[in-house]
Amino acid sequence: MFDRRLVQNFDWGLLGLTLSLGTMGLIILYSAVTAGTPDPQKVLCLKQLIWFCVGTVVMVACFLFDYKLLERWALPFYIFCILLLIAVLISGKYAGGSKRWLALGPVSLQPSELIKIAVIIFVARYYSKVVNTIGLGIRELVCPIIVTVIPFVLIVAQPDLGTALLVVVIVGSMTIFVKIDRRSFIWIIATSTTALPLVWFFILKAYQKKRILTFLNPDRDPLGAGYHIIQSKIAIGSGMIFGKGFLKGTQNALEFLPEQHTDFIFSVLAEEWGFVGSLVLLLLFLMLIIWGLNVAQGCREPFGTLLAVGVTAMIFWQVFINLGMVMGLMPVVGVPLPLISYGGSSVVTMMMCIGLLLNVSMRRFMIE
Amino acid sequence: MDQFLRTADSNWFRQRIKGVILCVLAAFVVLFIRLFFLQVIEREEYRRLSENNSIRLQSIKPPRGLIFDRHGELLVDNRPSFDLSIITKDAKPLEKTLGKLAYFLKSPVEELQSNMSRNKGYSAYTPILLKQDIGRDALAQVEVHKFDLPGVGVDVEARRQYINRNSAAHLVGYLSEINAEELKSGKYPENKSGDFIGRFGVEKTYEHYLRGQRGGRQVEVNATGQVVRILKTVEAKPGHNIYLTIDTRVQKKAEELLQGRAGAVIAMDPSTGEILALASNPSFDQNDFVSGMSHEKWEELVSNPQRPLENKAVQGEYPPASTYKIMTALAALEEGAIDEDTTFFCPGYYKFGDRQFRCWKESGHGTVDVVKALSESCDVFFYQAGLKLGVDRLAWHAKAAGLGSPTEINLDNEASGLVPTAGWKKNRTGVDWQRGETLSVAIGQGYNLATPLQMLVLTSTVANGGTLYRPLILKKIETAEGEIVSEGEIRTKGKLPVSQRTLDIVRKGLWEVVNSPTGTARNARIPGVEVSGKTGTAQVVGRKPDASADKKTEPVIKPHAWFVAYAPSGNPQIAVAVIVEHGEGGGSVAAPIAREVLKAFFADRKFNPSQIQATFQP
Repeated sequence: MFDRRLVQNFDWGLLGLTLSLGTMGLIILYSAVTAGTPDPQKVLCLKQLIWFCVGTVVMVACFLFDYKLLERWALPFYIFCILLLIAVLISGKYAGGSKRWLALGPVSLQPSELIKIAVIIFVARYYSKVVNTIGLGIRELVCPIIVTVIPFVLIVAQPDLGTALLVVVIVGSMTIFVKIDRRSFIWIIATSTTALPLVWFFILKAYQKKRILTFLNPDRDPLGAGYHIIQSKIAIGSGMIFGKGFLKGTQNALEFLPEQHTDFIFSVLAEEWGFVGSLVLLLLFLMLIIWGLNVAQGCREPFGTLLAVGVTAMIFWQVFINLGMVMGLMPVVGVPLPLISYGGSSVVTMMMCIGLLLNVSMRRFMIE
Repeated sequence: MDQFLRTADSNWFRQRIKGVILCVLAAFVVLFIRLFFLQVIEREEYRRLSENNSIRLQSIKPPRGLIFDRHGELLVDNRPSFDLSIITKDAKPLEKTLGKLAYFLKSPVEELQSNMSRNKGYSAYTPILLKQDIGRDALAQVEVHKFDLPGVGVDVEARRQYINRNSAAHLVGYLSEINAEELKSGKYPENKSGDFIGRFGVEKTYEHYLRGQRGGRQVEVNATGQVVRILKTVEAKPGHNIYLTIDTRVQKKAEELLQGRAGAVIAMDPSTGEILALASNPSFDQNDFVSGMSHEKWEELVSNPQRPLENKAVQGEYPPASTYKIMTALAALEEGAIDEDTTFFCPGYYKFGDRQFRCWKESGHGTVDVVKALSESCDVFFYQAGLKLGVDRLAWHAKAAGLGSPTEINLDNEASGLVPTAGWKKNRTGVDWQRGETLSVAIGQGYNLATPLQMLVLTSTVANGGTLYRPLILKKIETAEGEIVSEGEIRTKGKLPVSQRTLDIVRKGLWEVVNSPTGTARNARIPGVEVSGKTGTAQVVGRKPDASADKKTEPVIKPHAWFVAYAPSGNPQIAVAVIVEHGEGGGSVAAPIAREVLKAFFADRKFNPSQIQATFQP
């Protein structure tokens, strides 16, 4: 199993990048949970560290086997995750207005995080078989559409609009990547424009509609989500160029920032480390994403390429949506910032993604 | 060939990936530009905002809807009350500020401190309520010394004001502060701690309409916590205004007449079911509930044997006594147990089995038909009519007239009354119905229980020719701007299962009660308008109907006085029910009250002469 070439071709750069991001995340998390509050929750830092360790183990597990094995396990894994999603709806833990977690003893698992990977693997395998230079036709698109809609509906039912949209956007990216033929493309545009009003009226809940409307016109809700965005922008803007200094973020300390250790953690970083710090983070993420695309480029067979593209798309979209939201460019949806936001499921899932990238990367010279 | 050309090879993928990289770069450029904008271009503004810890959220309480009578006369209003609050982070030094406040408010510092710890919130930036309703003098002091009192704010709150103290208290109801369990229960998602909600009466029943919708403001404050700029406002929506069906003039008259006695007066429009007055005495001052009732006062209200918190019109269950004869007459005539020519002889008593059942008139009424029996309230006639009818048939008619079940007036704790049947008794006591008990029931005693409202509904139904209306207290609901939201729904519950002929006969009897020289309620006559009615004297423990004539035992408790009436007899526009607890004589005590109420009602109404003269054709 252990081929020397694997070790030779191991992508240490990617690993280094990941660890840098993780470390930055822990440092900022420390500030987010301690500065200013009367009862600092330092234990959250410890928990996150533990999750990183768990994540590292998972990451290693994800590159110990040949990724091509995943082709065989794509469907069973997908079905398994769907079942978990259904289980969450039936007997999930209710927290913060939605049912997203399954309690497994001392640990809570978020199946919606896992399904993202399952969908990527499945779609990658499917597309690797049908990809062609003219583009996919409607017939070929039926399967991925179904495969996306099922988890979308199950996740929206929790309700978790952010993650559900993420699934759609990831598959969408992968699909556009493999190209759709012109006729099908037009067809898709037509149906989604008709489907959009249906979704608006029948699927979205009141508070989700409100969020989208607030984004389009923040003046509508100066007391709710509009207020959060304003506070977030103040935090970011007030960081100015060099930031207020570690643990010295006043917006953070005064608890103006909602969810400052999860969704809005970037605002804490921006406030304390300023434009310089924010830029560093932005560049690290950009590097990570380009690195992932590079892995895709280096791979010589379709499945690996698509797997790498899918995984990278997931990282990209989470970064883009979270940062966009926090800076007031996008509606408030609960999407965690990879490796930085507090959250065990998110960290582990991200590590799995990195593990898969490492997997594809280190086997790029091993073609049958 | 085709297949070959379409295969996606590494080069093709490579091209695609290049495209993706471009898109990713574009996206990051967007993020970069936005970041640059926030952190470099606008940095001064944001730094300023954050340094002053400047943005606060203020909640705006919605003004509660007002309550009017049917003519638009204001019954319940909101008046301004000034509440003092403090933001501890801004109010430094804290002890000094509290000390100054104690001086201005003329309150002990300890009171302010204890309020502060009681109302403490989560953040040092949310205002803590120090004292409510500080009054204009204290307000003036605080405003003048504003700059010496950092972190201190005064909010104007609207406080409920019940304009006519003690008037229509049971109908209108009162508010009190929402408690912790209610907030947790999830039934009041829009309410916060410190809100007042309706607890009784119309304030409670129509809470949802009266409440309005919260608003809020995003404000910028300076270093001492004073508002310097309002960023955004969402206006609070005032609650809807409620128009009740009562007529304040009639209501006040009714309450005036009940002074000094325990009892109830209700008046209704027989053609619609609208309640024109609803008075229950003793009453209470609703304003006490709003400003926070002391423990002693509450104890006083709760332990008063005359039960001021009880709405006797709707909750009080009494034996209907002779007013029930209306029912017995209707049922007996309709079932054919008697007819208009049937007569019985009343020597002052009736022998049944081995007992003598007395008539209230010891010397007896002589030979009476049903009309005379009603007019002079002859017990003996009705004993016999009742026997022929039987308790179950009587009960059937009573239930069809709405007795024995709630009228659905939509007020708290409405009582159902009781209409006994043989089956009911067997279930309840295990003992069979004794025919002798039918005698008591036929004259409205025995197990019978009715609320004044139920008797009013019965009277109204007879007055209007047999249609049962649901009692209505709501005239309409309007928005604060005057747009109608909904109108009170006049609803019928069916018709009395009796013929027009039966009704006519009974109505004749009721007319004679007031207008015949031997009627029991000559006291109820008013000039210019013909009145019909029925008296009742409800025995409450003590003298038994079969006590022998010469034993003049002092009754243990005085009987209740009833009177039900409607006017004008030919074309009724108002029906009234009066009960005076322990008032003794229906004709002597209750009837005059009804008379004055009717007088007040007709006082400034213009009639055409033909209406006034309308009498029955026998």
